[in-house]
Amino acid sequence: MTHNLIPRVVSKLLIPLIILFSLYVQFHGDFGPGGGFQAGVIFSAAIILYALVFGLDVAEKIIPPYILRLIAALGVVLYAGVGLATQLLGGRYLEYGVLGETQVAGQHLGILLVELGVGLTVASVMLIIFFAFAGRGRP
Amino acid sequence: MDFILGHYNYWVVILLMMVGFYIVISRGNLIKKIVGLNIFQASVFILYISLSTVENGTIPIFKEGFEVYSNPLPHVLILTAIVVGVATTALGLALVVRIKEAYGTIEEDEIHEQDHSL
Amino acid sequence: MIDILINVTLLAFLAITAIAIVRMTHLFAIVMLYGIFSFLTAGLFVVMDAADVAFTEAAVGAGISTVLMLATLALSKDHQEKKSRHRPWLPLSLVVVTGAALVYGTMDIPGFGDPAAPSQVHVAPYYIEQSMPDTGVPNMVTAVLASYRGFDTLGEVVVVFTAGIAVLLLIGGRRAKQTDKTQLEKESDDA
Repeated sequence: MTHNLIPRVVSKLLIPLIILFSLYVQFHGDFGPGGGFQAGVIFSAAIILYALVFGLDVAEKIIPPYILRLIAALGVVLYAGVGLATQLLGGRYLEYGVLGETQVAGQHLGILLVELGVGLTVASVMLIIFFAFAGRGRP
Repeated sequence: MDFILGHYNYWVVILLMMVGFYIVISRGNLIKKIVGLNIFQASVFILYISLSTVENGTIPIFKEGFEVYSNPLPHVLILTAIVVGVATTALGLALVVRIKEAYGTIEEDEIHEQDHSL
Repeated sequence: MIDILINVTLLAFLAITAIAIVRMTHLFAIVMLYGIFSFLTAGLFVVMDAADVAFTEAAVGAGISTVLMLATLALSKDHQEKKSRHRPWLPLSLVVVTGAALVYGTMDIPGFGDPAAPSQVHVAPYYIEQSMPDTGVPNMVTAVLASYRGFDTLGEVVVVFTAGIAVLLLIGGRRAKQTDKTQLEKESDDA
């Protein structure tokens, strides 16, 4: 696909918008439809589109595979860490109320962090899987 | 008529589920088998979401002036199941790739023949 | 009324697509039809008031899983399903019997959209009434996902993570095993 002009131009226009939309879905998920799972998948779809149009090697330069593995683990650690933090603050595991001054403020912070962890893990795992399939069989 | 319309969703779900089941047990091509498993899975998703719908209800996002919402719990279960489903599908496809590399084919009958001829 | 009409039509399209997938033998066509199937499912979820689920299905089913299946097709190189040597009668009869038993089972399910159905009167009213005062999050799906059932979601995230690791272990290396093996065989032949 490296020589097709129209896909290159259209995807250059679309990819920033897709990434912006995925961030909107991630951080607006409390109020509208969305959340970490959707945002992660949409973000990885943007990078996959980039890899399909501009080639795998360029895409792996933007997000190197070892960073993806780190981010995937980081998301799970962030999620589990929020649970441990609530325990250290005197609550039960994943009882977000103790994170803020009021119950609702704590819940907001907790849900935001947990969704961020979900988004990081889902986005990076989808990209790990795609890079594994696309890179298979290459010298 | 009400009975048919009220149960139409479930019947189509069963049809889809059986189509997926038939592909899995009768077809030998491994990629087609995975598509069949995905159809089976999608039929379960549709069943859950059908059970969550309420007549004259709306999307479960709180807003003043609305009182009837559809049940959010099946939505949560299926939302996570879809993402876990694609991760497990990828795992199955990875196994297909390895089988292709090891046996040179993705047809189940030919893989069995090679195993027996050893 | 109009949403029931759309619901019925979309489900009919889904059934037609699924049967077309059974009858097709060209794998590329099967994968593309599966993408259409996923997209129809996403539309159906919108009609059934499940915006979050529709969102996910549209991104995952029509996007990622179609791309992954196409990548597998490219790696496996044969695009034509071989004709099965087995007779279809045994699986067909098994499927018909199972389907009939399931249809018999639906006779007791309350109708589509019944507000008095058991699934609507158990925990759903609690989530709908309490999620706003408890968490301050208007989207009940997010409230249940991240707060009430946070531990469940942690497990799901770990499953996704584990699947990623498993894929890396299976096909993470860039070189196909086949070439390694032939190289080794060549070396042993030379020796």
